[in-house]
Amino acid sequence: MGWILPEGFSTFAGDIDFLYYVVLVVTGIAFVIVELGIVIFLFKYRHRPGQKAHYTHGNNTAEVIWTAIPAVTVVVLGLMSGGLWAEIKGHESAPAGSIPYAVDGRQFEWNVTYAGLDGQLGTGDDFVVRNQLHVPVNQPVVLQLSAEDVIHSFFVPAFRVKQDAVPGMTIPVWFEATQTGEYEIACAELCGLGHYRMRAMVTVHTAEDFQQWVADQSAD
Amino acid sequence: MATSALPHADAHGHEHDLSFIRKYIFSTDHKIIGIQFLLLSLIGLFIGGLLAITLRWQLGFPGEAIPGGGILPETMAPGGILLPEFYNSLVTMHGTFMVFFAIMPLLVGVFGNYLIPLKIGAPDMAFPRLNMWSFWIALPATVLMISGFFMAGGHAAAGWTAYAPLSANPEWTGVSGGQKVWLLSIAILGMSSILGATNYITTVVNLRAPGMTWFRLPLSIWALFLTSILVLLAIPILSGAAIMLYFDQTIGTHFFDALDGGQPLLWQHLFWYFGHPEVYILILPAMGFVSDIISNNSRKPVFGYHSMIFAMLAIMGLGWIVWGHHMFQSGMNPALGTTFMVSTLLIAVPSAIKTFNWMGTMWRGNIRLNVPMLNAVAFVAMFVIGGLSGVFMAVTPVDIYIHDTYFIVAHIHYVLFGGSLFALFAAITFWYPKMFGRMMNSMIGKVHFWLTFLFYNLTFWPMHNLGIGGHMRRIYDPSEYEFLQPLQGMNTFITISAILLLTTQMLFALNFIMSWFNGEKASDNPWKDNGVEWTTPSPPPHGNFPTVPIVYRGPYEFSSPLVEEDFLPQTRKLEGDQEPGAAQNEGDR
Repeated sequence: MGWILPEGFSTFAGDIDFLYYVVLVVTGIAFVIVELGIVIFLFKYRHRPGQKAHYTHGNNTAEVIWTAIPAVTVVVLGLMSGGLWAEIKGHESAPAGSIPYAVDGRQFEWNVTYAGLDGQLGTGDDFVVRNQLHVPVNQPVVLQLSAEDVIHSFFVPAFRVKQDAVPGMTIPVWFEATQTGEYEIACAELCGLGHYRMRAMVTVHTAEDFQQWVADQSAD
Repeated sequence: MATSALPHADAHGHEHDLSFIRKYIFSTDHKIIGIQFLLLSLIGLFIGGLLAITLRWQLGFPGEAIPGGGILPETMAPGGILLPEFYNSLVTMHGTFMVFFAIMPLLVGVFGNYLIPLKIGAPDMAFPRLNMWSFWIALPATVLMISGFFMAGGHAAAGWTAYAPLSANPEWTGVSGGQKVWLLSIAILGMSSILGATNYITTVVNLRAPGMTWFRLPLSIWALFLTSILVLLAIPILSGAAIMLYFDQTIGTHFFDALDGGQPLLWQHLFWYFGHPEVYILILPAMGFVSDIISNNSRKPVFGYHSMIFAMLAIMGLGWIVWGHHMFQSGMNPALGTTFMVSTLLIAVPSAIKTFNWMGTMWRGNIRLNVPMLNAVAFVAMFVIGGLSGVFMAVTPVDIYIHDTYFIVAHIHYVLFGGSLFALFAAITFWYPKMFGRMMNSMIGKVHFWLTFLFYNLTFWPMHNLGIGGHMRRIYDPSEYEFLQPLQGMNTFITISAILLLTTQMLFALNFIMSWFNGEKASDNPWKDNGVEWTTPSPPPHGNFPTVPIVYRGPYEFSSPLVEEDFLPQTRKLEGDQEPGAAQNEGDR
């Protein structure tokens, strides 16, 4: 019941989900072996009159086997994961040409600074919109994430994006949306009484609509 | 022999001269102190449970008045409907009470105190007066923590993890006195733990009876000993961090305040450097008790005794280098994400070893499914789920999605409730006869077990699925989000299960209280166990043993071919057993 992830709409969502399912299968197998084993032993070896327990202090071969198999398993999981982590979270890993944004969290809203028509942050045509992140589909974007007061966390479940926003730090967060539509942003770090309503929206436009939207905003 | 130099050899003769106050209130007897911790911690457990039910009400029935909520003030719940700030406080205090005022004192304060001298054959702790201080510091710390609920602005509301800057400045939460009281109480309670750990370590090293070598110690004692080392090293870090945060709040320092050159992440590093060893403090003693109880009720030696010790040492060692896994998404250098992932994945291995050894102990046993055994086996079955869910979080890219969701909450509760608390139900039932001279009622115990097992799984299993759905933690009203609205039904289901779970605990409380007065009188060794504590009366007299016990073998010689009975106590001398040398209690031979 409910072990299937909701659909993901970013380029790396599929890779993350794949790792999740690998872990699900591996832990699922371990789960069945252990729980079934326990239940079988409870029945098979329950006390009956005249029954004696088998006197033994252990078995070194068994120890080696059930140490080695978990150890190899976790090493393999680690090797499978390190690359993807670096690809998503590495500070220089946003693809070249990613459209820049600044996202600033504060109690209890997200303020998004857009690069404007010139595509550069920190120039005169930048503009700020509250609680709305507009991006074009199939184009990488990189958000410079910060916070004004306490730690917040920028979470877009549909894109498998999550990054804590920390006062005094600017942290790059990149993603590439793969489908147009509207997706919710949630705060994922307790930040005060309004934490539960620190909600915002990502709107993923077609490339043309995005250009149009930026132009409209810039005209205001 | 060291015994004649022990202070209680002299005090023993004066024991009946002590006033009621000196005997039962300000007592230096480890058994009385253990029972004092037991009563205090069970109250803490009850408070923690009440806090949980209250917050669950809001999640299950959002915006509805809680039954009985009329007694709550307007600042918390006007008309019985919880306010968001009160909800945040409930979440904070539930975690705080359960971790610091229930599970930790139950595992370490109660059983460390009660079992260590008895099971190693000592008359009391190395420092009985220091031991008394341990309790009498914990009690005011508890009262201080409770007082926070009555402060203007309410109790602490920044999570049991108290992340700065949220916790550092009243401006961000509206909470001032509550957070300060929280920090002071934690620092004071820390002193109690540190004193206790010092006592336990010294006692195990120095006061083992002749013949009780290191590798004849029961795993419960090994676990308590190793846990004490963790306590001694980890708690001071929490105390230091708490004092730094208190200074940020009161005297104008800016350790954690980015606006004036401080570092919010510093709090997290300090807290989790304590916090990760802390979670092993919260599980290792439980593992020890379960080893003793499963071996006893399988009538078989522990499978792989030395491997079990090795695994505990590995957990203890690795436990110091995994703390960053709580901080994967924190903004710390991503390269650290990779290193902490490796160490975190590795620490799964010793827990796996222990799980297989518990199964090996049951394999080809002669299993008695009494109340302690039911709870101890449940520990293994539930702890394994908690351990396996940890693998998802260890894989850092997956953690991006599940961090700070209910998947983590599920994990926490499978290891702490499914693990530690079931082990505590087992341990309390198992050692109750020694403590109180009476058996707990077995029928009530079995009904309590099965209902608890059922409602516990109905409460916490679905939290995995909430997390997979993206449900964040510490959220007062999930209906704000469209993607969470389909999960409301599951939240309501969990709340109802939780209410039934808490109600079921009344059975345990009733059994505990009634058995104290009316329980079947217990013999010295009702479970036919091998431990040294079962060679004394139930309950033992002050000073524990009329003469120093002599130990001839390890603690798990069940179904030994040497004797007809299916158990062979550590202190029973057989023909051919050598007397231990005078130096036996000074180290491993």
